Amino acid sequence: MHYKTIAALSDALAAKKISSVELTTLYLNRIKQYDAKLNSFVTVTEEASVAAAKLADAAREQGKAKKLTGIPFAQKDIFCTDGVKTTCGSKILDNFIAPYDATVVTKIKDAGTILLGKTNMDEFAMGSSNETSFYGPVKNPWQLDCVPGGSSGGSAAAVAAGLAPAATGTDTGGSIRQPAALCGITGLKPTYGRVSRYGMIAFASSLDQGGPMTRTAEDAAILLNVMAGFDERDSTSVNEPVPDYTRTLNDSIQGLRIGLPKEYFSEGLNSEVARVIEAAIKEYEKLGARIQEISLPNTHLAAPAYYVIAPAECSSNLARYDGVRYGYRCKDPIDLEDLYKRSRSEGFGKEVKRRIMIGTYALSAGYYDAYYVKAQKIRRLIRDDFTNAFKNVDIILSPTAPTPAFKFGEKTTDPISMYLSDVFTIAVNLAGLPALSIPAGFVNKLPVGLQLIGNLFGEAKLLNVAHAYQKATDWHTKTPEGF
Amino acid sequence: MEWETVIGLEVHAQLSTKTKIFSGASTQFGADPNTQACAIDLGLPGVLPVLNKEAVEMAIKFALGAHATVQHKSVFARKNYFYPDLPKGYQISQYDRPIVSHGYIDIQLEDGEAKRINLTRAHLEEDAGKSLHEDFHGLTGIDLNRAGTPLLEIVSEPEMRTAKEAVAYLKALRTLVRYLEICDGNMQEGSFRCDANVSVRPKGEEKLGTRTELKNINSFRFVERAINFEIERQINVIENGGTITQETRLYDPNKNETRPMRSKEEAHDYRYFPDPDLLPVVIAEELIEKVKRELPELPQEKRDRFMQQYGLSAYDADILVSSKELADYYEEAVKVSGNHPKLAANWVISELLGVLNKNNLEITESPIEAAELGHLVARIADETISGKIAKTIFECLWEKEGSVDDIIEKRGLKQVTDTAAIEKLIDEIIANNPAQTADYRAGKEKLFGFFVGQAMKASGGKMNPKQLNELLKKKLQG
Repeated sequence: MHYKTIAALSDALAAKKISSVELTTLYLNRIKQYDAKLNSFVTVTEEASVAAAKLADAAREQGKAKKLTGIPFAQKDIFCTDGVKTTCGSKILDNFIAPYDATVVTKIKDAGTILLGKTNMDEFAMGSSNETSFYGPVKNPWQLDCVPGGSSGGSAAAVAAGLAPAATGTDTGGSIRQPAALCGITGLKPTYGRVSRYGMIAFASSLDQGGPMTRTAEDAAILLNVMAGFDERDSTSVNEPVPDYTRTLNDSIQGLRIGLPKEYFSEGLNSEVARVIEAAIKEYEKLGARIQEISLPNTHLAAPAYYVIAPAECSSNLARYDGVRYGYRCKDPIDLEDLYKRSRSEGFGKEVKRRIMIGTYALSAGYYDAYYVKAQKIRRLIRDDFTNAFKNVDIILSPTAPTPAFKFGEKTTDPISMYLSDVFTIAVNLAGLPALSIPAGFVNKLPVGLQLIGNLFGEAKLLNVAHAYQKATDWHTKTPEGF
Repeated sequence: MEWETVIGLEVHAQLSTKTKIFSGASTQFGADPNTQACAIDLGLPGVLPVLNKEAVEMAIKFALGAHATVQHKSVFARKNYFYPDLPKGYQISQYDRPIVSHGYIDIQLEDGEAKRINLTRAHLEEDAGKSLHEDFHGLTGIDLNRAGTPLLEIVSEPEMRTAKEAVAYLKALRTLVRYLEICDGNMQEGSFRCDANVSVRPKGEEKLGTRTELKNINSFRFVERAINFEIERQINVIENGGTITQETRLYDPNKNETRPMRSKEEAHDYRYFPDPDLLPVVIAEELIEKVKRELPELPQEKRDRFMQQYGLSAYDADILVSSKELADYYEEAVKVSGNHPKLAANWVISELLGVLNKNNLEITESPIEAAELGHLVARIADETISGKIAKTIFECLWEKEGSVDDIIEKRGLKQVTDTAAIEKLIDEIIANNPAQTADYRAGKEKLFGFFVGQAMKASGGKMNPKQLNELLKKKLQG
């Protein structure tokens, strides 16, 4: 039961094969049993979960059940959840109980789901391995000495190990797709502006986007139906109609034009990962897609531009954690400056501090033009690359990450090598495009993710193409041993 | 050496929107601390700003009223600095793409000459909260009610040459924003605040001297005093061989001096960058047209109209349009007076404003309503009462004794215009004062005033002065 998709669980609940209370209890028990090993949850809302499940069962009795009524669900701990501790993986918010629901939380709750708890993550979503969390690293269920990816590593591991049927993630430079790839699940980063950012704690506002992390593309479509849409509380959300993403899942992909960016298949790509991706490409050819090589000539500039823009925005976004109104405050500050300095030095972890410093530097008088303004120009070039590419292809295909999951500690001493594990995902954020990662095979028993990139607001096409692959293959049905 | 002063002003006008610039919280003044600050104003994790359209329309109004340009595209930027009453650690403001640019304000100099002060720009931004240093025993209290209140920062060119010009500019600007109903102009409550950039240079020199920025000058009087103090200080420093440091200085009204607050070296690097949470503000021509159609009559237009329609002097018209409320008061009084605009202007300017100023009251707080003053003017005009009696009635109105007609009735102040009655009284006075009558008739014409006085005294001042004069002359001639 615990490895069933949302679609299947919805049917089981509707057919009364199981009640929401039974289902919720099943997942809560699994969390109790296995999460000591995985560390994928920061908070489990057990009592509230069971209470909500009872209400869901009652609603079903009254014939008021919707598709997602009674389905257990996990929220990344970056989404403010009314009355629940919301930490963003940071000591500085360890005592923060959100007084309101993020729009995404409201929407998913209103759809009838049952919140199981909040999942672990890299501190303020800054990291690719979940090693920067104040609550300790999340383990990869496929191999416990490996990282689950990040920053949405808790959500990825929880779904992969069957501790939750689905979860939310957020993606600033690959934080949904890379952990989805490393944990062998499906993760969708929607078009920037497709899903409201209200209540989603900001890392880099112009790049952050929330999305679903699920077992299948079909589940991602079901969840995106709920999550997507204009929000008047988020000025950057786009007022664009939301289609029913499940309706086009089974459309034929005969004649689909898939582009392979040559820059993504060059040095740095693990050869075994490359073989997995090549097999996936063959599979798409079999399904009737036409494959062609394309070029995204400014790809090499994506990481440098990203590591200016994201830290610049983060340095400003994280200024509010000052120990004055909420969150961690140092003991016995002697004056205001001491309060600021110590609260922030003690409250933030190393990686967050590193990025705040980089960003502060990049925005400083005298450096602003050389760094921030230039990075924005590069951003435009990268977007133009994609715009040109989509004149000739419908979908761009690449590996999600250059390697499968790596070992704990392997990259923590070298931030650049860590940053490069997002090298295939960050350009998508700079361009604001939708992209997803689906399981495409294994290397040394570790999952490998396939990344599909769509044109702006092309989520329906993306999910259709991913679903076609999942109908033809069974990589997404594989589960880790020991759970 | 002769010195020239250069002054530029930065004015923060609090826009009188119902809600804050980026949240739905109320902007009302005077509520209990922290009761009008929502999650967005508090800078809680995850919140996002949404621009208040009313604030944008007010900025457009200002642009139209100040002959300025509305930028079709402007950008909100973050001004980053740490302060306890700045919840997000940055203020959302506008930097290199303000919503309003150029424009000008015409001011009246003391010698009656007009001077045009050009504006550099005006931009929208959010206000910070307040730090309360009293009542907390060495600690600081934070009230975030004001956080997120919309401000329009209006920046002038450095074109003022004296403190008096600066005050005239401020007054004209305040009149304009009040006419536009975009700001209540209340300096005491801080809804109209001013910083002054002051420098001096040898007369004839083109290069600007090093400037200082004066803060905490929140009344017209303080503006004038602070600037004058600063001019003198700067000249003194230079004449004694020193140099002016570019710095921010705080005005202390108790000691009437300015003190250094922070130097250029200590100045913040605000690390401005476009706020990624807000899209650029794009203003369509239609919106500007719509605001233009709804624009009220502005001070300059009203002044010209008053001169033309009511035949007022420029001086009187200027006084009457100095606030919209006063102009409205005057026009209401004129209407009720039965169209006696000049007489009404005299009564409003010399009598009413005199007493109001003496009692430190605004026109809106006048105990005498416009219609009542109009009635009074009407009664003078139709000769029911004399101008002298009118002053008595004015005092009664001030004390709220009732309406003009009630007071005339109750106190029997109606003017005597009955010729027979006047003649009878004159006859009595002549009979009672034979010596004076004889002297007058002998050519001592100065005694005429004596008879007028006697008649007025006997009638309690109610006699129609014109009739009395005529009849008295005739009778005395014998």
